Amino acid sequence: MLETVQVIKDSFPYLLEGAGVTAIAVVGAMLFGFVIGIQIAVAQVYGAAWLRRAVGLYVWFFRGVPILVLLFLFYFGLFSFLGINLSALASVVLVLGMTSGAYQSQIYRGAIQSLPTGQLKAARALGMSDSRAILSIILPQALRLSLPGFSNEYSILLKDSALAFVLGTSEIMARTHFVASRTYQHLPLYLMAALLYYLLTWLGVKGLRYLEEKVRIPGYSYHQG
Amino acid sequence: MTSVETRPVLRVERICKKLGGKQILNEVSFELRKGELKVLIGPSGGGKSTLLQCINFLIPPDSGRIWLKDQEIHIHRKRDLYAYRQKVGMIFQDFNLFDHLNALENVAIALRKVKKMAKREALERALQELNRVGIGDKAALYPAQLSGGQKQRVSIARALAMDPEVMLLDEPTSALDPELIGEVLTVIRNLAQDGMTMILATHQIGFIRGLADEILFMQEGQIIEQGIPLDLLTAGKSSRTQSFCSKLHELSGEQEL
Repeated sequence: MLETVQVIKDSFPYLLEGAGVTAIAVVGAMLFGFVIGIQIAVAQVYGAAWLRRAVGLYVWFFRGVPILVLLFLFYFGLFSFLGINLSALASVVLVLGMTSGAYQSQIYRGAIQSLPTGQLKAARALGMSDSRAILSIILPQALRLSLPGFSNEYSILLKDSALAFVLGTSEIMARTHFVASRTYQHLPLYLMAALLYYLLTWLGVKGLRYLEEKVRIPGYSYHQG
Repeated sequence: MTSVETRPVLRVERICKKLGGKQILNEVSFELRKGELKVLIGPSGGGKSTLLQCINFLIPPDSGRIWLKDQEIHIHRKRDLYAYRQKVGMIFQDFNLFDHLNALENVAIALRKVKKMAKREALERALQELNRVGIGDKAALYPAQLSGGQKQRVSIARALAMDPEVMLLDEPTSALDPELIGEVLTVIRNLAQDGMTMILATHQIGFIRGLADEILFMQEGQIIEQGIPLDLLTAGKSSRTQSFCSKLHELSGEQEL
């Protein structure tokens, strides 16, 4: 029992640092996925037929292959084949980001398509180019509607990030595994890991909920009075 | 009412549009001189809304030509098209205010993003336009906080801020509760009296009687009758317009405004 307490005390700062790495990986991947997802969504709604097909293939690929396979495929396969020397963490951010981009794109696409078509018409009628209208009128509304989906995607991606331990990224899971295999204190250590994931989820989801409230359009959302 | 100038501000020639295999517009032509108010009436599905949206290419016409003053507009010359749309204000039946912006920002956004005005200047101008349509005190409210009549007035202010040469009004009061129609019609009447050049699709027959320079009666994609209100609307004349309007009166029991 005393030994258990000692192991937890000793490893806590180490695991907490791992939570920081996890947070960097997930926030990085979410942002990268955001940039990709927005562009895919806009291309799928407003793009020419060939562009819609091309980005459609991208979405199908990343939704259709397990993340574990993608991590190996890119880190050990594609990146070394191309002679790109990326750290494990950078590779994780890229692969999770590209995958999340595929999922996020569908959140944004749904939000854009749920807007009344009159919004774009009115913007065009004022002399806006389509890209200006999308930037100033469509996306500010669509992104607000996307926040619940985005928050959901965050909580999923956060837990998918545990897979990064297979590449030796020093995030929560890898560090816990490392300590547990030396001390044999599996139960308390993995409980602690679980708790850290839970806390990160809670922080992110609460933060996004706060953001949702903050950018809510007055008088617009009727569902909570 | 009509100022005498020979050159039309807007000229529309032989516009055709097919949608879903159906001929919606069939060689529609008309022109608007400076300060004129022409009114499109006719049964729903007759092509009024499509015509108005073809004029500023929100719906690209299949064929036909459009001039603003001396310049012919081509849909593929994007820069010209955007400049043209700035000069052609459009009012929609369902307002189409930008839901994420308050009334003031709704009017200011095109000034800033299209006309590239400085923020301060754009907001000042926007407030001026809101005052012009009588809702300066609602500047900070969002569309979801405004009544239909107020929304439509914001949308008129939004169009006016661009200094349009022509305005296209697509049934601006059709989505409004009866008690809110008056405030919007008042704004439109003031615009007409100030000499704004306009084409207006409407079912408000009483309203246009004293105001319209010409009535264009549209049915099945064609202008089948046109003339001054006195000729077309006077009871006893056997015009298609007249019988349509008396039917409107019977159905709605509409009071003359």
